[in-house]
Amino acid sequence: MSATPTIAFDATRCDGCGECMSACASAKSTDGSSAQSRIRIVRDEESGSWGIAQCRQCGDPRCASVCPAAALAKGDDGIVAWDAERCVNCLICTAGCTFGGIAFSPAEGHVVKCDQCSDQHAGAPQCVSACARGALRYVTAANVYNRWGELEDLFVPGLGGCQGCNTELIMRHTLRRVGPNTVLATPPGCIPGMGSVGYNGMLGCKVPVFHPLLTNTASMLTGIRRQHKRKGRNVTALALAGDGGAGDVGFQSLSGAAERGEQILFVCVDNEGYMNTGAQRSGSTTYGAWTATTPIGDSARGKAQDAKNLPLLMMWHGCEYVATASTAFMEDFYAKLEAALEASERGFAYLHLYSPCTSGWRFPSASNIEVARTAVETNFAVLWEYRREQGLTLSRDIDDPLPVTDYLKLLGKFRHLDAAQIAHIERHVAEQAQVLRELAAMQPCEGRQVVGRQSDLMAVDLDQ
Amino acid sequence: MEQFDYVVLGASHAGLEALRAIRAHDADGSIAVLDREARLPVSPTVLPYVVSGKCAEDRIALRERSWFDAQRVDYRQQAAAAALDAARSRLRLADGREIGYGKLLLATGAAPALPPIEGLSDVRFHVLRTLADALALRDAANEVASEAGRSAGRAVVLGAGLVGMHAAENLVRAGARVTIVEMRGQVLPGYFDATAAARIEAVFRDKGVEVLTGRRVKQVARRGEDCTVLLDGGDAREAELLLVAAGVRPEVSYLSGSGVAVERGIVVDEFMRTAAANVWAAGDVVQTPSFFGDGTPAGGILPDAVEQGRTAGMSMAGDPALRPYPGGVSLNTYGFFGRRALSVGRDAPAQAGPEWDVLVRDGEGAEGYLKLVLREGRLQGIFGVDVLFDPGIMWELILRRVEIDARRQALLENPQDTARALMSGLWR
Repeated sequence: MSATPTIAFDATRCDGCGECMSACASAKSTDGSSAQSRIRIVRDEESGSWGIAQCRQCGDPRCASVCPAAALAKGDDGIVAWDAERCVNCLICTAGCTFGGIAFSPAEGHVVKCDQCSDQHAGAPQCVSACARGALRYVTAANVYNRWGELEDLFVPGLGGCQGCNTELIMRHTLRRVGPNTVLATPPGCIPGMGSVGYNGMLGCKVPVFHPLLTNTASMLTGIRRQHKRKGRNVTALALAGDGGAGDVGFQSLSGAAERGEQILFVCVDNEGYMNTGAQRSGSTTYGAWTATTPIGDSARGKAQDAKNLPLLMMWHGCEYVATASTAFMEDFYAKLEAALEASERGFAYLHLYSPCTSGWRFPSASNIEVARTAVETNFAVLWEYRREQGLTLSRDIDDPLPVTDYLKLLGKFRHLDAAQIAHIERHVAEQAQVLRELAAMQPCEGRQVVGRQSDLMAVDLDQ
Repeated sequence: MEQFDYVVLGASHAGLEALRAIRAHDADGSIAVLDREARLPVSPTVLPYVVSGKCAEDRIALRERSWFDAQRVDYRQQAAAAALDAARSRLRLADGREIGYGKLLLATGAAPALPPIEGLSDVRFHVLRTLADALALRDAANEVASEAGRSAGRAVVLGAGLVGMHAAENLVRAGARVTIVEMRGQVLPGYFDATAAARIEAVFRDKGVEVLTGRRVKQVARRGEDCTVLLDGGDAREAELLLVAAGVRPEVSYLSGSGVAVERGIVVDEFMRTAAANVWAAGDVVQTPSFFGDGTPAGGILPDAVEQGRTAGMSMAGDPALRPYPGGVSLNTYGFFGRRALSVGRDAPAQAGPEWDVLVRDGEGAEGYLKLVLREGRLQGIFGVDVLFDPGIMWELILRRVEIDARRQALLENPQDTARALMSGLWR
């Protein structure tokens, strides 16, 4: 069964205006009354929050399992479809559904349910279009999973990551797309620790993989890419590195390769520290964060310095392509991976992925994606991309972020923060967002790039 | 001898859901589904609609053959079990062949129970469990009602359960004069409380149905093509059509000597395992334990059969997401003469202690009837006539033992939206 689009509801953004119900009623009802809406927004007076009753288009629809007349079935388009001719009006489907997603309509004389407007407004459910506050979203990310699902998984089964870590997701999805025609470098860090290079003489993936030093990943990939090119082979040189192997210990070779415009796709999986060796601080560790080397005590209150903004540093190298991405926003990640892969044919492409560390940051293993999402929604981790010809663009609106404290309170490594430290982080996040906002506002002038070098300064002859 | 990793006996709701659950976890294991019927699987629940003519008999199959093919399941019709040898993991079929299994699911359902009424075996009567029963009843109903040049004939329905009530409505709509005889004190006993049942009964009386509750049939006697139904009070009804709808009994004849324990049905544990190794059971063939752990009627409920089938299938396939079956909760959605009655859960006992709360809304017409039963602030049951709510959400609120005390008035006033808001906060 393939994954299919869904309508997502964010209760915190809903104010109960009811526009979704009106829009649904005008699209679906026989008499225009909201009572016939297939989406119902309800108020829980006890908790003071808004709730929703709408068909989830379940992957395993129980309404269909309990239907004695085979009148409900999930189609290839993902919609659980209702067949008026078969329905006997027994209402057993309403007992099967625990979400109030299918209910009897007295006005219409039979059960009704959401079909995501697949008949008249396919791809644009009217309730979502009507929701001005973004409480309803039409999530089509499933489409990319379907596309990626067709590609071969080039890592072996059973990578040994910590429970709840999103790095396996990053690794597998990246290599699926980059494909088998690849040489992969994984410098010391969690990624080889998870088994990418293999164990006991057995490879951990189905492409040539090697384990450079922390310091020389980009240098080794430079040589490999050039040698393949000299032999007439177009092989992708891919690095999957941690933030230490990219931005601290590995920075000299990374900076050099970027500056020379080597044709490399360098993916940095940033978990803000040396997590594989016991959670020591790195240059990417946030101000105030607990690590093994920035402990909490009578005088020490976590890391005393701000993190350096590694992706911005890479942008100032004038790479072909630089972007930040998050596993909470997979469509965005996929689009950037496509762009980075293509850019790596021309020059240096750098992709920076935020990777919340369940063990080192101290949060429940089930909430990795939620942490990643909140980091983005609070502007703690801003999603943007930079193309040499176009400059920097923001991937999503950053003008109405959630409070930074929404993010900080998710993580044990920030539990000790005092008011002054929180204020410091809030200020830093706001400053970084402002820098990005202003960079995004700059328009490229003719014949000149916003940031970085003139392209005619690219003077690396790979055939030499 | 043929051998399969999984053999599923029966292809109704429990068997089909088990099949889905097995395939969801085990893509490769060989599966055979053996159905004794000679046609594609049909739900017993749809049969009243075949009788009424609402459903065409060729448009009610739960699955097409292509679905079994797509699941890579060996689906066989006219394959009835004759004996089970659990010690050797073999099933003998009625035609004498043997089939070996790794794991076996018994989902053979139930057959109509025939009450011990004197003379019953000597008269022509109908039951309603299979498609053949439904077609025969449909034809008979038309005969009773529509013979030109004489007044409509009388039909007598024994039993005021869902099957009997549905059939009675169909017979009335077809134009017959109908008598319902129910030995317990109300219609739909075990599903609805007395007040709701009285409302439903009143609608039937308005439509000209004679409803005799608290009455027994002493004897039936043949009278030409028809029969005489003698009641316990001494009065009698002449019946051109007699329908016996006095419940069902599990279909377990093939299990004698198998080591599978049978009481009121097959005895199973919380993962639907029977007493015999590698043998599971689900659906109407099972003695369903009550979720409430009391004498509340359980089992015979379609959504419950699906839950049991899923639990059994996941257990058979070793799916790690398996959760124990929580026990049966009575649950009904009943439409009658264009109106609707819904019931979920249990009523308060006759001698209810102070931990029980019963809230009732008993208005006329559109106001409808609604009854909430709480125990220690948790929903036990909800019963409504002409009041809409989502039975699936109520079922889940009961299973989760959600504390709802603070919302009791809101639930009584607007059960649908209040429960939906609760749901949205708890498991959206």
